[in-house]
Amino acid sequence: MTTAKDKYQKVAYYPGCALEGTAHSYNRSTQEVGKALGLDLVEVKNWNCCGAMEVKNIDPKLQTYLSSRVMAIAATEMKMDVVMAPCNGCYHNLKKAEYDLAHDPTSVEVVDRLSQKAGHATYEAGQVETIHALDWIMHGIGEDGLKQRLKGSLQGLKVANYYGCMYTRPRHIFPEKDKGPGTESTSKPHYMDDLLGAAGAVNVEFPLKTACCGGAHTLSDSDMSTKLVLNILRAAEAAGAEVIATECPTCHSGLEMHQVRAEKKFGQPTKVKILYFTQLLGLALGLSPRQVGVHENISDSLGFLREKGIA
Amino acid sequence: MPIHEQSLIRPENLTTHDQLVVDGVDVSGHWSTFIQSRVVTDYNEAMQDEIAALPGGENVHRCWQCGSCTNSCTVNAINPEFNPRHWIYLVRIGMESEILRDKDIIWQCVSCNKCTYACPRDVVPEGVMKALSHWLELKGHVKPSPSMVFDEVFSEQVFQHGKIEEGRVMQRFFKRTGQSLNQPWLIEMMRRMLRHLPVGMLTKLGLATLVAPRTSGWSGARAAIEEYVHEQEHKRRRALGLDALIEAAKRDAGPVTAGEGARS
Ligand code: SF4
Ligand code: SF4
Ligand code: SF4
Ligand code: SF4
Repeated sequence: MTTAKDKYQKVAYYPGCALEGTAHSYNRSTQEVGKALGLDLVEVKNWNCCGAMEVKNIDPKLQTYLSSRVMAIAATEMKMDVVMAPCNGCYHNLKKAEYDLAHDPTSVEVVDRLSQKAGHATYEAGQVETIHALDWIMHGIGEDGLKQRLKGSLQGLKVANYYGCMYTRPRHIFPEKDKGPGTESTSKPHYMDDLLGAAGAVNVEFPLKTACCGGAHTLSDSDMSTKLVLNILRAAEAAGAEVIATECPTCHSGLEMHQVRAEKKFGQPTKVKILYFTQLLGLALGLSPRQVGVHENISDSLGFLREKGIA
Repeated sequence: MPIHEQSLIRPENLTTHDQLVVDGVDVSGHWSTFIQSRVVTDYNEAMQDEIAALPGGENVHRCWQCGSCTNSCTVNAINPEFNPRHWIYLVRIGMESEILRDKDIIWQCVSCNKCTYACPRDVVPEGVMKALSHWLELKGHVKPSPSMVFDEVFSEQVFQHGKIEEGRVMQRFFKRTGQSLNQPWLIEMMRRMLRHLPVGMLTKLGLATLVAPRTSGWSGARAAIEEYVHEQEHKRRRALGLDALIEAAKRDAGPVTAGEGARS
């Protein structure tokens, strides 16, 4: 039997739109960390957007179709078994499509009809396994494996781990979670805590791990998003965190953008730094701040990381 | 878990007389407070079916009013008027007029799915909020909310090209909602973003706003999606009886001849 460890050595990589744009540093740090850990990523050929949260509001089945096309290409054109997505939105949508195609005949019918017209193979549930970047490192390398490969340390950096909404909700699309020790929890996720902890960080007790940043209305109802983000930033600071670690481009840019907005528009400054967990892992693996794109973040943390002796 | 209550007694239906003597008894002030009776006759008995016909609303009939959705709701914590449990109740009994009182805040649901996580009946309240927002718009009760405009701008790009480029989506959204890009916080954000970005990256971002990134060989998918979108729109309009309404309105307006406006 092949274990997750074997299976995750080489996976299809679905970066998604955000990682090609504003979240370039997440893309870059994910690939660099993969390299440093000896894990292979093969980008999904000619991929399309999964539909994010927006297409679902126009029509949920179209989103299922868009996500299924990505999985179909990975399965049939690339013969891959695993698709890894670092974006919560992409990860969520592929999981949701997987669930719908396994349980809802109408979705199967619509996806088949659209795929045939579009001229590519129809995705069938079970052809690939979709995982998040956190699963990829957690199960492909593990905490012990990570420790063996460390070249530096996060030096007791106090981190609040922020997972957002789409990584755990709704629960039914993540059948592998909540299965006891070793598996991820939907109420209190911990993979990011575990990995950063192994790299030398101190994880603070952070109650808003899965709170919502209002990303859906980041532009259409900005004041609401700013309030929600400010809540998260304040809670992290109150818990003693110096850094908020993120694992999704939308959550990350939401926090960065509304941290600025809270300060500029409402005169409510916060100091906590915002970094992708892959950037932090990369630094502990001996990569340079430039290699993991620290300079590309809006939240300016270079000076702080130097002071701490991490960068 | 508490059921988040929503009083059905409105302040304007409470009457109190400052000076009132009834049968020789002085009941001035709060002693004379009474609730004016209210008879509701304008139920929309089809409302639950109409919501169930829209994507996301399919399970609305399952709700048993436990209140877990409102209790866990992200937006409710900020605005107590935002009450999914209450709206689902109104949908189920068909109190359309009562729902309309909240028509301008229903779209504010941030799709965090905390309600879906908490709901013991698999109602998917998040979906119901989307269906309800959609319904308000289709029935002409509200103009498309900023959020719906955003969904449209975004989806148009995905359907067209297979991929999106955030800068483009943002620009179009600001344009369509008539907002200025010249806002201090936006400028500050750009400034911070530009501070360290390598020149190559900047050119790439700049180019992306001019030349949209695309998925090659997308035309087949585009055609398939467009056809599907039309078909679904038609279905929804029929479920809400909108085409019949429009036909009836046209008939009432009488024949329209060229050179003459619809209104006289
Ligand atoms: S969820 Fe976001 S990043 Fe992922 S493909 Fe869709 S738009 Fe792109
Ligand atoms: S936390 Fe924000 S960006 Fe992340 S998934 Fe939730 S709403 Fe989206
Ligand atoms: S939608 Fe679900 S959570 Fe909300 S009141 Fe109804 S049964 Fe309870
Ligand atoms: S999805 Fe909407 S209704 Fe549900 S908890 Fe979140 S904000 Fe409230």
